[in-house]
Amino acid sequence: MRLSRTAKITLRTVMFAGFTFIYLPLVLVVINSFNKNKSFAWPPTGFTTEWWTRAAENVGIREAITRSALVALFATAIALVLGSLAAAAIARYDFFGRDSISLLFVLPIALPGIVTGIALNNVFTNFFGKLTFFTIVIGHATFCIVVVFNNVAARYRRIGSNLQEASMDLGADRITTFRLVTFPLIRNALIAGGLLAFGLSFDEIIVTTFTAGAGQTTLPIWIFQNLFRPNQAPIVNVVAAALVVISIIPIYLSQRLTQEKE
Amino acid sequence: MIKSAQHFLNRHVKTRAALLLSLPLGWMIVIYLGALFALFLTSIWKIDTFTSDVIREFTLENFTDVFTDRAYFNVSIRTLMVAISVTLICAVIAIPMAFYMARIAKPSNRPILVALVLTPLWASYLVKVYAWRTMFYPESGFLQWLISPVGGKSPGFGMVAVIIGLTYLWLPYMVLPIYAGMEKLPNSVVDASADLGAKPGRTFREVVMPITWPTIIAGSVFTFSLSMGDYITVQILGGTFQMLGNVVYQNFSLNLPFAAAVSLIPVIIMMIYLAGIRKTGALDNL
Repeated sequence: MRLSRTAKITLRTVMFAGFTFIYLPLVLVVINSFNKNKSFAWPPTGFTTEWWTRAAENVGIREAITRSALVALFATAIALVLGSLAAAAIARYDFFGRDSISLLFVLPIALPGIVTGIALNNVFTNFFGKLTFFTIVIGHATFCIVVVFNNVAARYRRIGSNLQEASMDLGADRITTFRLVTFPLIRNALIAGGLLAFGLSFDEIIVTTFTAGAGQTTLPIWIFQNLFRPNQAPIVNVVAAALVVISIIPIYLSQRLTQEKE
Repeated sequence: MIKSAQHFLNRHVKTRAALLLSLPLGWMIVIYLGALFALFLTSIWKIDTFTSDVIREFTLENFTDVFTDRAYFNVSIRTLMVAISVTLICAVIAIPMAFYMARIAKPSNRPILVALVLTPLWASYLVKVYAWRTMFYPESGFLQWLISPVGGKSPGFGMVAVIIGLTYLWLPYMVLPIYAGMEKLPNSVVDASADLGAKPGRTFREVVMPITWPTIIAGSVFTFSLSMGDYITVQILGGTFQMLGNVVYQNFSLNLPFAAAVSLIPVIIMMIYLAGIRKTGALDNL
């Protein structure tokens, strides 16, 4: 599309402003993690690595990270199985009520998290008697299914059914066809969906608040509990800065996945 | 045995689909829909105000309380206003960004631009809200430092901070579907419009916008719903400002039926919204 100079400059300015809006706060968190001043008065008067050392020695943080990672692993595993099964059915077959079922899988992220949270809390406390580690996992898996489902369903729609049909015409049975033809084709979508599910679960706080058993502090819950304690502020900020830096890893991985695709 | 099972499956397409669906659908119906239904039931049950126990007797009192109490009505309207504001601001920022990324930027630069928009999605939700807390700190925050030289004053914690914080959180959810939609738009359509004499502005308004409209609506589902149910951002950035989510959270342990009734407000609004946009085809873009 041919645009006038002014239009192009305006759009570039909007882009630049947009990216500044997106990145400025994150950069500030990282800078503040070295801020000598405990209440982050801006501009900083001096820098220190003391908060990073203290955060690294904090047992509570380490436990919370481990717990979050475990929850995310279990939830992702469940979501991978259920999400890809649902995708295989919905993207490849036509049946009555398909659209409604597809909507049902999207519902946990389309409805406010607090609704899912108190609904699950109500059911779990009534049926299991108490909340545990696994009630968090069940809660997380429920909203993680949709991201795996979306990724894999999109891939199924793109690859069509020709290759699988060809494989079966050539005499391969269903299991062999899945193992040698279908699975390699959807593998990247599974990895991308799994990564997203893991990230979503690792970071989730609202559903977690309502489904976590006593003492089951995940990392987001740890951050939230310590957010309003002035004494803990520098350490919370270090955890935040570390999370900003770590978030580059999954982006790098998913970038590589999409490049392999092309 | 396996052979005959395979023969059976080859002949029965519906059975194949049903077998695949049984586990995931079972999970969603038993755990998720079951829980939502139980929550709905709870909202029409009574509460023992001394023990906070739910009494399984029918009452509409929770709903009449919600709808007749002026304070709750105001909170609902305020929540709706915040959700609408966040959605509109996100759209206003996201449409030109997505347009630039998909149609103006060099194709070789596009993956980098997409990655730049995606990156904050991987950063923790709490970290992002927290970042804005340090920005908005009334006396010593970054914003105060930024605008005090020109005589401005940081708005501090409150509704403005909540709207900006939520806009920040959900912006990528708006940019990405619109970008995907604009990228798919064939060049021939845009060229045809230009060949027929339309200026870029008109092509944008009358060709690009109508075709990408469903993706904008798809983005709005996220920005709208996520804003409406949020209570954590409101706690961190809102000061004394409250939204529906906070009312639910506060009543949840002492009066579950009432909290359930309040939580149904965003669900009902969301259902109306989803039903209203079904025809636009936005749901396929989620």
